[in-house]
Amino acid sequence: MGSYIIKRLISAIPLLFIISLITFGLINLSPMDPAKVVLEAQGVPKITEELIAQTKADLGMDKPFIIRYFDWVVACLHLDFGTSYVTGKPVWSLIGPAFLNTLKLTTVSSAAIIVLSILLGVACALTAGRLIDKSVRGLSFFLTAMPSYWLASLLIWYFSVHLDLLPTSGMASVEHYILPVTVITVSYVGIYFRFVRSSMLSNLNEDYVLYGRACGLSEWKVTMHILRNSLQVAVSIFCMAIPIILGSTVVIENVFAWPGLGSLSVRSILNRDFPIIQAYVLILAAAFVLFNTISDIINAAMNPKLRNGL
Amino acid sequence: MNILEVKNLKIWDSQTGKGIITNSSFQLKQGSCLGIVGESGSGKSVTCRSIMRLNKPPLRQSGNILFKGEDLNTLSEKDMRRRRGKNLCMIMQSGMSAFDPSNVIGVHLHETLSEHFGWNKAQVAEKMGHAMRSVMLENPLEMMNKYPHQLSGGMLQRTMIALSIVLEPDIIIADEPTTALDAISQFEVVDQFVKLRKQMGSSIIFVSHDLGAVKKMADEVLVMKDGEIVDRGDIQSIFSESQHEFTKYIVSARMALSGNFNNLMRSV
Repeated sequence: MGSYIIKRLISAIPLLFIISLITFGLINLSPMDPAKVVLEAQGVPKITEELIAQTKADLGMDKPFIIRYFDWVVACLHLDFGTSYVTGKPVWSLIGPAFLNTLKLTTVSSAAIIVLSILLGVACALTAGRLIDKSVRGLSFFLTAMPSYWLASLLIWYFSVHLDLLPTSGMASVEHYILPVTVITVSYVGIYFRFVRSSMLSNLNEDYVLYGRACGLSEWKVTMHILRNSLQVAVSIFCMAIPIILGSTVVIENVFAWPGLGSLSVRSILNRDFPIIQAYVLILAAAFVLFNTISDIINAAMNPKLRNGL
Repeated sequence: MNILEVKNLKIWDSQTGKGIITNSSFQLKQGSCLGIVGESGSGKSVTCRSIMRLNKPPLRQSGNILFKGEDLNTLSEKDMRRRRGKNLCMIMQSGMSAFDPSNVIGVHLHETLSEHFGWNKAQVAEKMGHAMRSVMLENPLEMMNKYPHQLSGGMLQRTMIALSIVLEPDIIIADEPTTALDAISQFEVVDQFVKLRKQMGSSIIFVSHDLGAVKKMADEVLVMKDGEIVDRGDIQSIFSESQHEFTKYIVSARMALSGNFNNLMRSV
């Protein structure tokens, strides 16, 4: 198992390398001249050719692509993502706190999604075709179909404005988490518990379930065996959900004025603040690689057949 | 004396109302082996599972299943669960899929034995080790720490037999225990069953469409077709003097096959 983890981690390195190359290359393909962006952001009244050339030299833009790429990669490894064109502050000082805020929201939401999906999936599988199963599936269909910004507005109107129980925006206390986490959780659980349910149901028909029962094992123990085998499908889905939520909190962050990555990235895109966009894309891509790796490792721990696959 | 008496067993699909077993009655004598033969889909496995009450909804069953005079069909689920494994033990068709693929097989053995006898790991290892050696499995301790996919079908089949030796059930229900195996493993497994009968005197229900194995094992045979028992009798009469068309048909089909095989072997 130890050697599997090491091999799996090493195999993620080339992937990260390729991702960084693509990120850097795509931004360089943008038709906007970064030097112009910087000058415009600084409010320079008249942009001359000399000024542009001067700025380019300051930014190191006059060097060849490959050298700039390696400078950037080496700097990134030290968490130095450059300076924002617009504000002139280091990118990390802007993206670091925003990333942390989004990470908090994502962590709490993911935990809620995983726990609820498993609980609902198991409950539905064990009562398949009966009232609990049918009503949970019906309700989830209804809730998942609601756009999250609309659900968010409804919740704010009812709990914050009408009942005055919860804050409408910001992230000062635990109470601030309740509404955004609820909205994110509702929109994902409705999809994910179905994976757990259908995986449980297909495992219920396996021979080992029949043999376990035939040997007189308690229904609890049999269910635990089924759950363990069913979760292997769910683990991959859950692990992928975390970076997806990380990258798609824009709407929720805007509705709840959450000072996170989503709001920062949208602002940077509108301002053409390339260093921040670059860092944002790189961090998210790295999160995908990281969670994909984690999912493989967890699956290998749960399913012995996968350990020899690498 | 009959250890198991099944009277008017009916099994049907409660969703479609379709009958699967229309009306079966049969007996298993103490210490004897009852073979059940028939085509695929004739209701052999469903009959076996109904004795242990392991058919899943929408399948439902009615009738009397008298085990030592007690009707299993009216027991509470909890009491029935205590009988499973301890009194009635099942051996499955495919050893490969009978054990949880995510656990080493020792986990299942330990869970089963601690459920019925409250044994700890060391006791399980000792008793299972003894039983596994008796069915020609070398290195039982090493085997118990392996996952099902690391073992062969025949080894897993014999592990199930070893578990049933330790459980000492009154009745062993073997549902096509040789079907999924290659010829050599089939021979070994049937051999173990014959030994098991001699040693423990358990009563056995042996389901198979391998007539050769049935002939070697069974004292009496039921022939099933489309959910009905169409013929029954002791092993000799079924194989040589049955009057029933279907029985004659499957026996002659088997003879033709083995005849061809013998001719081929002689010509080589």
